[in-house]
Amino acid sequence: MEDANKLKEFEARIERGEKIEPKDWMPERYRTQLIRMISQHAHSEIVGMLPEGNWITRAPSLRRKMSLLAKVQDEAGHGLYLYCAAETLGVDRSELVGEFLSGKAKYSNIFNYPTLTWADIGAIGWLVDGAAIVNQTMLAKCSYGPYSRANLRICKEETFHKVQGYEIVCTMAQGRPAQRKMIQDAVNRWWWPSLMMFGPHDKNSPNSAELMKWKVKLFSNDDLRQRFVNLTVRQARAAGVTLPDPDLKYNPETDNWEFGEINWDEFWSVVRGNGPCNRDRMRARRRAHVEGAWVREAADAYAAKQRAKAAKSA
Amino acid sequence: MPECPNPKDTQWPIWEVFVQEKSGEPHQHAGSIHAPDSEMALQNARDIFARRGEAVSMWVVQSKHITATIPEDNPSFFEPAADKIYRHPQFYSVPRAKRTDEERRNKE
Repeated sequence: MEDANKLKEFEARIERGEKIEPKDWMPERYRTQLIRMISQHAHSEIVGMLPEGNWITRAPSLRRKMSLLAKVQDEAGHGLYLYCAAETLGVDRSELVGEFLSGKAKYSNIFNYPTLTWADIGAIGWLVDGAAIVNQTMLAKCSYGPYSRANLRICKEETFHKVQGYEIVCTMAQGRPAQRKMIQDAVNRWWWPSLMMFGPHDKNSPNSAELMKWKVKLFSNDDLRQRFVNLTVRQARAAGVTLPDPDLKYNPETDNWEFGEINWDEFWSVVRGNGPCNRDRMRARRRAHVEGAWVREAADAYAAKQRAKAAKSA
Repeated sequence: MPECPNPKDTQWPIWEVFVQEKSGEPHQHAGSIHAPDSEMALQNARDIFARRGEAVSMWVVQSKHITATIPEDNPSFFEPAADKIYRHPQFYSVPRAKRTDEERRNKE
């Protein structure tokens, strides 16, 4: 009975546009759904460093290399914001990292595709970060305070990620025939996986209705995807590249760019672990964790030494 | 594939980070980080929250040292302030002090 009243009050607060803070009463389901979403988001930021890290040493100029390094460092920072946002819900970061390293937790499918050429770095910044910004701009307004604030910070930084990628795309699209071919090929490969980033159609998205009721999400997967397509069609035109969809056409009545059907078989196959890089990514993450252990041990040893020194002089 | 490593070694105490973005402004809560001691907490906080020069000062404090209000107690805890409208200037009725015509002309 008490819970029914609390639930009513909770939903009324959300209806009024109030934010829910860590110590506030919340339904268990809200808590578990948020932990799932925020930790998947955090894992995605961390895995997201891998496809791009692949190109840092081979960037074509110092300018491009500095930008890419800064971008990859930002992704690590975003992962850390998000793990801490999840921790406010009563889980330990180590639990989440454990689920990630064991393969139990999911992360965004997009990072299971390979970065075959330098042009992929342009396409990722433009399309993948572009899609992420559309999603995170919404999440910055979500009902859970710490997650909303983390996304606000992420959005501020992510705009540079998109622009540096878009600049690579535009530059290559103005280049020699081989460069134009290379960038078009990268756009062709990243376009459809970018559309898949918004998740299944609303009718096949079991969590969506509940998440929208509690304003964890404010727009549906299909609405966000449409917003991204509309923005990107114009940017493709300005850059001088084409999008690989013969069904793409403008509908003056809805003011939307309609697009062809997404290959959902591919989407589910990658979710189930059969994407081109799923195993590589997991192997790289585990190796990084093991090879980074000495850094954590050294930090612990240093802290212990400082404490001992302070105790002695006291 | 390498075996799944033990993630327990990633767990250090949590610190809350407060950032002053410009001189004269208040320090505001930015988020939290993990670190083994206060010196490394400040360094981590700088790397996480001030990569773009958006800080002139930073505080870190271990989360366990913060005492916070409990939302359920809010009504009784904050209520005593609600009925003391005489703490606001709007509570008082006083005449408006206007400039004289001469003063106004002089200003123009």
